[in-house]
Amino acid sequence: MSDLIRKSASEQAELLRTGQVSSVELTQAHLDRTAAVDGDVHSYLHVGPEAALAAAADIDRRRAAGEQLHQLAGLPIAVKDNLTTTDAPTTSGSKILEGWVPPYDATVVAKLRAAGMPILGKTNLDEFAMGSSTEFSAYGPSKNPWDLGRIPGGSGGGSSSVVASFQAPLAIGSDTGGSIRYPAFVTGTVGAKPTYGAVSRYGLIALASSLDQVGPVSRNVLDSALLQDVIAGHDPHDSTSLPESLGSMAEAAKKLDVKGMRIGVIKQLNGEGFAAGVSARFNESLQLLQQAGAEIVEVDCPSFEYAIAAYYLILPAEASSNLAKFDSVRFGLRVTPEGTPTIERVMAATREAGFGPEVKRRIILGTYALSSGYYDAYYGSAQKVRTLIQRDFDAAFAKADVLVSPTAPSVAFKFGEKLDDPLAMYLNDIATIPANLAGIPGIAVPNGLAEENMPSGIQFLAPAREDARLYQVGATLEKLHEDVWGKRMIDFAPELQEAR
Amino acid sequence: MAKDELMNYEKALEQFEVVIGLEVHVELNTNTKMFCGCRNEFGNEPNTNVCPICIGLPGSLPAVNKKAVESSIKIGLQLGCEIAPNGRFARKNYFYPDLAKNFQTSQFDEPIAFEGALDVEVPSGKVFTIQIERAHMEEDAGKLTHVGGSTGRIQGAEYSLVDYNRAGVPLVEIVTKPVYGAGAEAPELAAAYVRLIREIVKSMNVSDARMERGNVRCDANVSLRPHGQEKLGTRTETKNVNSLRSIERAVRYEIQRQAALLAKGVAITQETRHWHEDKGATSSGRPKSDADDYRYFPEPDLVPVQPSKAWIEEIRATLPENPADRRKRVQAEWGFADLEFRDVVNAGLLDQIEETVKAGAKPQAARKWWTGELARIANTQDQDVTDLEISGAYVAELAGLVEAGKINDRLAREVLTFVLAGEGSPAQVVAARGLEVVSDDGALIAAIEAALAKQPDVLDAIREGRMQAAGAVIGAVMQAMKGSADAGRVRELLIEMANK
Repeated sequence: MSDLIRKSASEQAELLRTGQVSSVELTQAHLDRTAAVDGDVHSYLHVGPEAALAAAADIDRRRAAGEQLHQLAGLPIAVKDNLTTTDAPTTSGSKILEGWVPPYDATVVAKLRAAGMPILGKTNLDEFAMGSSTEFSAYGPSKNPWDLGRIPGGSGGGSSSVVASFQAPLAIGSDTGGSIRYPAFVTGTVGAKPTYGAVSRYGLIALASSLDQVGPVSRNVLDSALLQDVIAGHDPHDSTSLPESLGSMAEAAKKLDVKGMRIGVIKQLNGEGFAAGVSARFNESLQLLQQAGAEIVEVDCPSFEYAIAAYYLILPAEASSNLAKFDSVRFGLRVTPEGTPTIERVMAATREAGFGPEVKRRIILGTYALSSGYYDAYYGSAQKVRTLIQRDFDAAFAKADVLVSPTAPSVAFKFGEKLDDPLAMYLNDIATIPANLAGIPGIAVPNGLAEENMPSGIQFLAPAREDARLYQVGATLEKLHEDVWGKRMIDFAPELQEAR
Repeated sequence: MAKDELMNYEKALEQFEVVIGLEVHVELNTNTKMFCGCRNEFGNEPNTNVCPICIGLPGSLPAVNKKAVESSIKIGLQLGCEIAPNGRFARKNYFYPDLAKNFQTSQFDEPIAFEGALDVEVPSGKVFTIQIERAHMEEDAGKLTHVGGSTGRIQGAEYSLVDYNRAGVPLVEIVTKPVYGAGAEAPELAAAYVRLIREIVKSMNVSDARMERGNVRCDANVSLRPHGQEKLGTRTETKNVNSLRSIERAVRYEIQRQAALLAKGVAITQETRHWHEDKGATSSGRPKSDADDYRYFPEPDLVPVQPSKAWIEEIRATLPENPADRRKRVQAEWGFADLEFRDVVNAGLLDQIEETVKAGAKPQAARKWWTGELARIANTQDQDVTDLEISGAYVAELAGLVEAGKINDRLAREVLTFVLAGEGSPAQVVAARGLEVVSDDGALIAAIEAALAKQPDVLDAIREGRMQAAGAVIGAVMQAMKGSADAGRVRELLIEMANK
């Protein structure tokens, strides 16, 4: 493996800026790595070498011509396959969209192109981002680069594994209940879910519109901050996008200082239910932060008990409506059944064949939850819980500048372990879901090895629009860790076998 | 279509009380659609005014058209409604191929305008106050054309074509509360109400209000109950009523049909019915029960519409005079008798006459042309008189030519047909076709003498005071001069000749 691709995104960008490497060379190095390892890891659903190299060559030409370029120009990136791209198929991990090439770019994709970042390919995910392991991808799971027998997290297991296996310096993910942060936790990488509305959702194939948020995936905190700065900003195409700028995340990630910062440990997301190793690493990090001058306090969020229940009503309800458009009429798969093909029968046959089991499960749940006579009891109650959770956060943020918990209860599980037990699968999201319900930002940062020498992680949460605090505390902890460990978290990962 | 049994109308009213409810859809004439930047235009090539948003491609998101909100507020204010400070959109979920997302973005429990009232005058001169329950914003669906099969309906068609140009066109749906007490005048009231709505939206230029293009569509709910019974009868909702005449006929038909069934003890089926203009009858559509479950829930992709008080007042200040006040004012200005004025109102000709009078015509002349010859021409062409391609200015010019003696009534009617055929203004037509009356005495005297040669007794008769005898000569002169003679001048010349 070339040393070049082991470097962080910001280091690679520096080499590009100083002319020590060309974008074509850098892009090719990552494509070579993909050719060598992705047969095993399966991060990508689609790799687009031609488009990526053409974009890279364009940037090299413009740089040679002395053009003023974006600081990340020429740095290649991978994009989760639920964001629309005009030059690559976009499937959202579903058979119902197999081969569909959208006629428009997602706003985030357009921003990457405008910054001059070549898009390497589209990364794997659980179908329509419904899952925690990529086992529900219609195109087969991605593997955890730390142990190919284990899951890379979900739904964004493609994006987490693609950076963890050095196939890309950066990736785009989407987080509806933890789909960026949980994969970061199990792969020893960084992932952030920005404040709801900080990044445009236009072109993100919706799972649950009120919960979805696009965010960065990387190997260190500064790299995620740099990427969030590229993709954030108001978009008139997305009515829910914030009108104001949240400032520079990269600047925040360079403030390695937590003195006087009040860090609130969420009582409900600590101890019981969390694996011993995960908890031990968590407590060690609290000590590091305290030694660095932070004030550790405990906060009480009693409504979190109902978060998963509320989430699994709101999400399926919105998803059941968002997924109604997949009907064979205008795009995507069309299945014509035997006999008289009426529109109802064609729609039904297409959806029967095109959707996988988890998608069907959630469509049925959501349709039921919105049904007349059940709406108040299910969807209505879930919305009330959502309000209570927001109040819990408000109270907690009165006592603390940021909140903290382990990102998830336990290290990466083995393939198949939870496939037949949806409830056990849903519990992986216990610590990540509350942020989505409240629309607040969260970041997952590597937090040392726990059970079976697998990575664990720590999550920081901040009030809405205060994403900068997360990058500051996350980068500080990352630095404290490196001082203790003598190397980066990702450097503990075993070498992958490269195919010839 | 089986023939329905109908009860005699008077008999039906003796036995039952009629309750109606009206839902009027008004298509707004904004430049662009409700949630995207596509043109809102009628009559273009199918599927040319479309984009990822209005055909519901994955990843696309709606953004509200502010102009459409403004038009909706105007309508609400002119209907005497309250404007909601926090109007929300909601999704109405159902599968149909003309509905791109398989849900309609509409409003449910938080409409933009609510609780209004409108005084509606029926041809008898009676005024009914119709309570408006709400006016809400929504998007139109695409247009389906069913090919093959005998009914033109989706059932039995070989295939169907769908045009999404109309998908996403902004609509305001105005819903009345149940209307009681109209009795035998219920059909006229329904038509008069829709006429008034048309007048209102046209006067504010928020809709083209052309019923034949579907700019204004009415669904008429009709139910009957025995006199004295409190409980409402089962209602039917007749759709597809696309002219004022049809509304009147459809309501009358439903009264007679339902009365016949109820008299036989047959229960009314709650259903939608379709109006067939050619057959003058309604037929059963799909059953529509109150249990129809659209799984409404708040649209998560849109933020609430929160018009400020200042904005609402700004809009209120721009509103034209409300139609009832205007009617009172112009009747007084024009000096029309009640009956004359009612004819004008019932024909929907207020705008036209006002424009004609403004252009210089005497009010009675304007009235005469619009309710007389122009109405007759429209009727022979099966058109609404208000849809004739002629301006008030032209009608005023025509009336002016008659008054100045340039043309007579018969010539004026001829001129009118050429004006309607697009040959220019009345003066231009008169000049180009040489239709001016002949008042050149020399030509007239020659023609009179020729006529007198055949009827030598006429001069004697006139001398004896029998003026009616002149008629035969005038007629002959007119015939000889192909109608271009000035009849008044012929009479004067005859008298002069008799008295010589």
